[in-house]
Amino acid sequence: MTSQIESAVRPYEMKERVIEPTRGWLGLQLDELWEYRELLYFLTWRDIKVRYKQTILGAAWAIIQPFFTMVVFSVFFGNLAKIPSDGIPYPIFSFAALVPWQFFSSGLGQAANSLVGSAHMLRKIYFPRLVMPIATIFSNLVDFVLAFLVLLGLMVYFGIQLKSPVLWLPLFLLLALITALGAGLWLAVMNVQFRDIRYAVPFIIQFWFFATPITYPSSLLDEPWRTIYGINPMAGVVERFRWALLGSNQPPGLMTVVSAAAALFLLVSGLFYFRRMEKTFADIV
Amino acid sequence: MPEYVLRAENLGKKYYIGRKEKYKTFRESLIQAVTAPVERAVQVMKGRSQHVSGLNQEMWALRGVNFEIRQGDVVGIIGRNGAGKSTLLKILSRITEPSTGRARVRGRVGSLLEVGTGFHPELTGRENIYLNGAILGMRKAEIDRKFDEIVDFAETEAFLDTPVKHYSSGMYVRLAFAVAAHLEPEILLVDEVLAVGDISFQKKCLGKMGDVARTGRTVLFVSHNMAAISSLCSRAFLLDRGELVFEGDVPDAINRYMESTLSACQTPLRQRSDRQGDGRLRFTEVTFINGTGQPVNAAVSGQPLTALLKYETSDGRSARNVDMDLAFYGALGQLLFLCKVQLARGNFEVLPPQGVVACRIPRFPLTPGRYRYKLWCQVNRVTADRIEDAGVLPVEAGDFYGSGYLPNKNPEGIVMVDHEWELVDPKVTLALDQVRSAG
Repeated sequence: MTSQIESAVRPYEMKERVIEPTRGWLGLQLDELWEYRELLYFLTWRDIKVRYKQTILGAAWAIIQPFFTMVVFSVFFGNLAKIPSDGIPYPIFSFAALVPWQFFSSGLGQAANSLVGSAHMLRKIYFPRLVMPIATIFSNLVDFVLAFLVLLGLMVYFGIQLKSPVLWLPLFLLLALITALGAGLWLAVMNVQFRDIRYAVPFIIQFWFFATPITYPSSLLDEPWRTIYGINPMAGVVERFRWALLGSNQPPGLMTVVSAAAALFLLVSGLFYFRRMEKTFADIV
Repeated sequence: MPEYVLRAENLGKKYYIGRKEKYKTFRESLIQAVTAPVERAVQVMKGRSQHVSGLNQEMWALRGVNFEIRQGDVVGIIGRNGAGKSTLLKILSRITEPSTGRARVRGRVGSLLEVGTGFHPELTGRENIYLNGAILGMRKAEIDRKFDEIVDFAETEAFLDTPVKHYSSGMYVRLAFAVAAHLEPEILLVDEVLAVGDISFQKKCLGKMGDVARTGRTVLFVSHNMAAISSLCSRAFLLDRGELVFEGDVPDAINRYMESTLSACQTPLRQRSDRQGDGRLRFTEVTFINGTGQPVNAAVSGQPLTALLKYETSDGRSARNVDMDLAFYGALGQLLFLCKVQLARGNFEVLPPQGVVACRIPRFPLTPGRYRYKLWCQVNRVTADRIEDAGVLPVEAGDFYGSGYLPNKNPEGIVMVDHEWELVDPKVTLALDQVRSAG
């Protein structure tokens, strides 16, 4: 769609851009995304600022939600139902999973709504539309950090020490981010075209929650089911988080590889689908 | 070597209409995916090859638009609502894609399609300046550099750190425009955003636009404000129903535009529906006659013109205390002069249920051109009829002053007034000076 023709005579920027109808699958134009990185920063900053300005609880909400969920789970799943937790105290077993999950689910929910929620901007300004869902996911990183700090606090309380596997943590966070972004892109685009998707999102997230080993360990499954289970990228994320922080489980194996592959597939397919449909956003949204 | 900065080649944009909502639901899509093939098969069997989905009509918002714009051109884009002006800007801004053709752009494009896009009510003025600036495409360093200028222009320094939701609408709009006004792309696309704020601010905005234009930037300016277009633009494009119907000098484009909007005047006065008033007394026909009583199609500057206004009352009874107006307007929509019954001779005390009223102008005072006129009447202080675009009267050159010199077409819309010129006798000037210094 864009072609660049150097012209030797003009004094100002000489690249010529051609605006014409496009067809089919389009390139990702990551260079343009890079050009707009400042906008990405500002939109992320805006989301964060707005979220925290509005409520006193704003910052605390990032901690309260996973914390109280953990309490409820510990009581009902840990104590009453006596679900096994790989030899780790149930509260921290579930909390270590809830923290990345929280990041994923908020990111996904917000990304899914990012285009429709900014319909106004989409109709009046040009910028690579990828910036919108990416900004929403990034803005959730701040919440993640807060919840993570509480997680560290809990670990101290339970007397669990950090060991070297913790260095792998950023990688698994990245995996969660990729998954959230990939799924978020798909949902964001579908939401623009089909307005009832918005109502399906909470349900999808809920279903995904139970499909992820947060309240239960994946060791409940035998091989090869356990590896296949890794097709849910969040399964890989959650188990690896527990492994990196708490030392539970075996070291990363086939299941993790499957999760990573699934996440990448989600992301890449999401990116291409998004770019293909991007030209219709301003007209439909 | 092509010198253009912007070039459109057969640009077109098609929309589908015929659907109540632009979007579908997933559920509908699923159902359609199943039923559509069945429906199509049925149609084929019936021998009809119609389009099966719910979208049945195409609408071309833009069609076959070709133009070239050089660096430094300030182009005004005018046309009626729905002519495709905003669509054109959207395509050039890359917000929407053309359906046909292509546009070639050389240079950074900044679009001002709306003022205050992206402003968030919870953020302060300062924060919104950065946010809005970034959204419009300015780098942070650029915003830093221009920050003081922006705040100065907006005149909202005292409120910089208050959340924007507490701003008055005037302040909001001033701040928004101030940010937008400091955009410095090579090509600037502006869509009707000058009508913001109060009069003094609007003047400021126009001034700023003028500055931008003078710096050698290329500007495309969509507006309904003909006066702004005249003063800022060097060229004008006229769009009508998606097509570029005229391209050239601003006054000519404005004239063409005026004429097209007045094409509604073709319908006879009696049947016109674009009128206001309670209808107690209505104009049914206008005829112009010259000094010798002959009907004419045009007036001549300096020559007598009489407007015969035929009217009738709605209830078949006489009308009391009637006032009437015949007003002539220039191309920019400004009132040139007004003939009013009340001022000329006092209201008509009684008018019969049907009849003709004559308005006689001994020496028609306008320079050659085409002028829209308005009719208005009032019965007992209640507006009975009012037609803004009653018609267009062409005026031909005539010897208004009796000097043998005729006014030329440009500039038109000038009202000629009886006057004399002479060189003052030096003795008289001396006396005048003495009087002035004494008093």
